[in-house]
Amino acid sequence: MLIAIVVNRMVMALLTLAGVAVVVFVLLRVVPGDPVAMMISPGAGPADIAALKAHYGLDAPLLTQFWIWIRGVVTGDFGTSITLHLYVTEVLASRLQATLELAILALLVAVVFGGGIAIAGTLMRRTAGETAIDGLNSIMLAVPDFIWALALVLIFAVALPVLPLTGRIDPDLAQGFATKFYLAESIVTGRFAVAANILSHMTMPTLALALPLAAMIVRLLKQSLKEAMVQDYVLLARIKGFRELRLVLQEALRNAIGPTIALTGVQFTFLIGGTVIVERIFAYPGIGNLAIDAVINRDFPLIQGLVLLFGLIFILINIGVDLTVATLNPRLRHA
Amino acid sequence: MFNITRRQAFAASGGLLTTLLAPQRFASAAAGNTLNIAYNVNLPSFDPDVGPSSVNPTIQAIYRSVFDQYIGQKPNLAFESGLLTGWGWNDDKSKVWMDVRQNVVWHDGSPFTPEDVVWTIQREGKADGGNPVAFIWAGIDNFKIDGHRITADVKQYDPVIFKWMAFLTGYVLPKAYYEKVGPQGFEKKPIGTGPYMVDAYEGNAYLRLKANPKYWGGKPPFETVVFKFVPDATSRVAEIESGSSDVTLEVPYEEYDRLRVKAGLKGECKPISDIAQIFITNGGVMDDKNVRLAMCHAVDKQTIIKRLLRGYGVAIDTLEAPEYAAYDPSIKVPYDPALAAKLLAASGYSKEKPVKFTIQTTRGFKPKDYEMIQAVVGMWRNVGIDANIEIYEIAKHFELRMTHKLAPAAFYNWGNAIGDPTCSTGFAMFSKSPHSAWHSDDLDAKIGPLWGEKDEKKRIQGWKDADRYIAEQGYILPLLQYAQPILYKSDLKVTANVSGALQPTLVSKS
Repeated sequence: MLIAIVVNRMVMALLTLAGVAVVVFVLLRVVPGDPVAMMISPGAGPADIAALKAHYGLDAPLLTQFWIWIRGVVTGDFGTSITLHLYVTEVLASRLQATLELAILALLVAVVFGGGIAIAGTLMRRTAGETAIDGLNSIMLAVPDFIWALALVLIFAVALPVLPLTGRIDPDLAQGFATKFYLAESIVTGRFAVAANILSHMTMPTLALALPLAAMIVRLLKQSLKEAMVQDYVLLARIKGFRELRLVLQEALRNAIGPTIALTGVQFTFLIGGTVIVERIFAYPGIGNLAIDAVINRDFPLIQGLVLLFGLIFILINIGVDLTVATLNPRLRHA
Repeated sequence: MFNITRRQAFAASGGLLTTLLAPQRFASAAAGNTLNIAYNVNLPSFDPDVGPSSVNPTIQAIYRSVFDQYIGQKPNLAFESGLLTGWGWNDDKSKVWMDVRQNVVWHDGSPFTPEDVVWTIQREGKADGGNPVAFIWAGIDNFKIDGHRITADVKQYDPVIFKWMAFLTGYVLPKAYYEKVGPQGFEKKPIGTGPYMVDAYEGNAYLRLKANPKYWGGKPPFETVVFKFVPDATSRVAEIESGSSDVTLEVPYEEYDRLRVKAGLKGECKPISDIAQIFITNGGVMDDKNVRLAMCHAVDKQTIIKRLLRGYGVAIDTLEAPEYAAYDPSIKVPYDPALAAKLLAASGYSKEKPVKFTIQTTRGFKPKDYEMIQAVVGMWRNVGIDANIEIYEIAKHFELRMTHKLAPAAFYNWGNAIGDPTCSTGFAMFSKSPHSAWHSDDLDAKIGPLWGEKDEKKRIQGWKDADRYIAEQGYILPLLQYAQPILYKSDLKVTANVSGALQPTLVSKS
């Protein structure tokens, strides 16, 4: 049954990506902002402008341009970036890992932090502790990631300058890596001082991305746990003499976690979207930061590649969430 | 299965703590030998002669660190020897000659030769080569090399070609190396003859440069320079305030004023070759000279500078800033709201029956751009001009300007780091330029002959006359010359560059 779900989702994913490709290609050509207009010198004449358009393949009819691009995409060639002068595939491949490391770390922090507070809130229900947690959580929910980013900058980079503000790693340490998964690689290879340096760079962007998601997890998981805690099976376990923590973790959590996983999956896509602004603020070299430059410079091939990549990531996350929920919930698996 | 021992976990924790608390994290460049610059833009490409980056003025400081230009430029915009030690035309200006500097080596140790110069100019001049100013370089051809002297025929006389050699895309690249590694190989491992060599680069994060020990101009002051690409102004402020960068630039003027007096920091905020102006596009109400002149006389530029830019800026009445070759202080367009109201009345407009049009502006692209236009619109309202503000992205501005579809009034900034009038009044006002907004035969008749004028004094005077005519006709509304705020640690010395390029070679230990 799971295989059927996977095949079905893969077919839908391909159709969605094809739709995304058409939409982004057309939109870029419809929205004002000609990349050649941005680079021509004031003294350029019509012939110079035509030559530049030809150089970047923007002189062909729209359908021809689309055909050339989509034919390349199918074979893995997304074209050459106008501003970076490098293959788009190569650029995306070199930047994606930084964003993935950041997003996954933020997700882990959000899950651990949010899950922990939700469980603590459940254990402290109907006490002043629960009220305090709800109050703090409301604040965390109300503050978007970029405001968190600025607040963290003020606290940890200006008032208490203990964390590096920008970049992914100190330039002096950025050598000897076989992959662009700097954090994972430095841990696996036992370069813990380097890993610590990377973590110090990632702390603020990670928190900025994680805190809003953690707040959502707290709200939903705590509510689900509270509902689960009054169910008969929990009551039975309580009669058996189980301790409160065991009741929450062993009995209530398993049944309450489904909606949280689904929501976390959806919110994870928003978290990845949030990397665009957060990476910019912290000068973090991922695909989010790259996307802003690409849009400012109207780098058509790069924007197209980035949008397709973001689309693919979102689709994969959704498939992953669906499969996880289906695995955990037999009713969905056999529906 | 990967296991972390207790000892390793302890080491990692210790590493993190050490990383966070190590005092050398924020060590000053003056104490060490590394200069950290929190830079305001990212470096997209290492090729300084091709593509959009090559004509982006904000990146030139980096290019000038790695590459050398044919002709150098001092911080006051005066020209000096670069990779060319001499240059000029023959008497009838049908040929150019260039003397190439000797004993220069590329960063890979290979010798720099006249062939490199010829190959670079020819590459830049190819119409389909991707150089945005190919028409400049294509103006000379049929090169001949005799020892260290290059001569070439002038195909189309351009009095400014040697100034362009110190300007955008005027960088010499290594022929043999480039042909060996190709464009993509060059992007991955660029070499030049400049004072610094590329050591490490991570796009959108940093560029680390090492001093070129064989630099013909002497060893640079710092062994290592790190450009941190920090496009967010708040983050740049935090970089310098926290001490993690030694120098930064283009911070908000309010922050500049706050930090320049802070212990351990200093500041410079000098005028640069970048001006703010309001383009006027002909057609509709803009064909009425009274309306145009009223727009110009109604704007109190000094108040805008004082109130919005905290006094940092210089009011201008033409497109020539005081440092430019054709600056003429006698051309004045005074703030005179009474005269503006009188001019409008002559065309049947008043505060009760205002003339209406749209003004376009960016918001956040330049310091206080939107706020400046709000102030201008307020001043206009007081004399009988009702302008509707439309905000757009800079990319849209370029496209509309190229197709001559800007709104009747449009705010923009204009750089001119070589200070020649062709690159300010010329390209902004000549109708054949894709970046001009006002198109009229009377003005073209004044500007047209100046492009090929061979007598330099006559040429500059011609541009001054054109500027006076433009001011009298109100064909554009020049607002102000920007000042560039630079903050740096007090144990450093920074020489402000009128071109706006914050080159590491202009920073030294005080």
